[in-house]
Amino acid sequence: MKKPLVGEIGFGTVIDHIPCTATFKVLQLLGPQDDLVVVGNHFSSMKIGKKGIIKIANKILTEKELSKIAVLAPKATVNVINNGKVQQKYKITIPPQFKNVIKCINPNCISNHENSGTLFCVISANPLRVKCNYCEIVIDKEEIQLQ
Amino acid sequence: MNFKGKDVISIDDFSKSEIIHVLKTAERLEKKAMPNILKGKILGTLFFEPSTRTRLSFESSMKQLGGNTIGFADAHATSVSKGETLHDTIKMIEHYSDAIVIRHPLDGAARLAAEAASVPVINAGDGKNQHPTQTLLDLFTIKKAQGKISNLHVGIVGDLKYGRTVHSLTKALSHFHCKLSFVAPPALRMPVQIIRELEEKNIVYSEHERTEDIISDVDILYCTRIQRERFPDPREYERVKNSYILDVPLLKNVKKNLKILHPLPRVNEVTTAVDRTPYAYYFQQASHGIPVRKAILALVLGGLR
Repeated sequence: MKKPLVGEIGFGTVIDHIPCTATFKVLQLLGPQDDLVVVGNHFSSMKIGKKGIIKIANKILTEKELSKIAVLAPKATVNVINNGKVQQKYKITIPPQFKNVIKCINPNCISNHENSGTLFCVISANPLRVKCNYCEIVIDKEEIQLQ
Repeated sequence: MNFKGKDVISIDDFSKSEIIHVLKTAERLEKKAMPNILKGKILGTLFFEPSTRTRLSFESSMKQLGGNTIGFADAHATSVSKGETLHDTIKMIEHYSDAIVIRHPLDGAARLAAEAASVPVINAGDGKNQHPTQTLLDLFTIKKAQGKISNLHVGIVGDLKYGRTVHSLTKALSHFHCKLSFVAPPALRMPVQIIRELEEKNIVYSEHERTEDIISDVDILYCTRIQRERFPDPREYERVKNSYILDVPLLKNVKKNLKILHPLPRVNEVTTAVDRTPYAYYFQQASHGIPVRKAILALVLGGLR
């Protein structure tokens, strides 16, 4: 039997195929967890060369968390684990819009002055480019700041 | 085509056929006064920033169509000075008026106002972002000056980095297969984002540092002001400032049909001597604010279809 790369969990989520440079950023955006978290980085990957993996026990990702991960790791896969087995597996997808996920980098944008929330439309998925619904600034992936 | 209830926030929201429909409606209203089509309607004019031409032309347009206006030209005399949010201001004004015109110093304020309001919102300038009615009147002016918009060679000169009118105009002209020539100092070139959009649409364009390089070839020369404060190095401003002043000697070898446009106010970038040449067209351009804004008001308020 193939030995797991990082410790197993009974119930929770495994985020796989994270670019190595983004592994700890993904961990950071998910915030502090109450349960077991296992992190591994620089594993060999057929898909992306080198990859990171995060396993979080007793956690199912919310849509907002998935949107944020899509910005940092658009080729990641998510495995939902139940009773130690993969119950569901899916690829992260770039949504058509990011609602309250991205902060506008334009200091003169109304979204940075009123409690309006933010909305960004995806104008290119690869490479990721998004446009602010309010000030219409177009932001490249490298400039994106998550809320 | 039904514009009733439509917000006018960004030129990007308009298709080519919608732009043409607005311009045709403006022509109709220029030929025939329709003094009662907005009778009983009230326009709220919310000017959080100073404006002369835009505010007065909206108010005049509304009154010429039989409607009335309420509003303010100075936000300091309103509840905004007490800290009221734009959202709350709009939620109040929407009950007092049938449409709202807004100018605001923050980028995206008009879009936020449109989301809050149940009545149509018209953007009269939001920060350095958009000024769509200026763009529509610029297109109307080009059509009046040249008899067409398509397949012209348009030169755009000045602050191409920060100028909201030149960004919107460039995007709008990309619908009409015009050849575009941009003239600006290196520090104030057209943003990469807009150049990228032109390339994606296969629009023919060129970039230059001197007006002399293009002036003999263009049908329209659209001039804008270069502001000293936009230059990171004041010495750079001193070095280039005179290169972007349009004076009569520069017009020696221009095409006969050339027309010079400027969104106004000008400072010194087009000399007053140019006013007396047959190429000057900026005062006619300013006068087109009336038919174009009448058209927009008549369409969004359902006075015309």
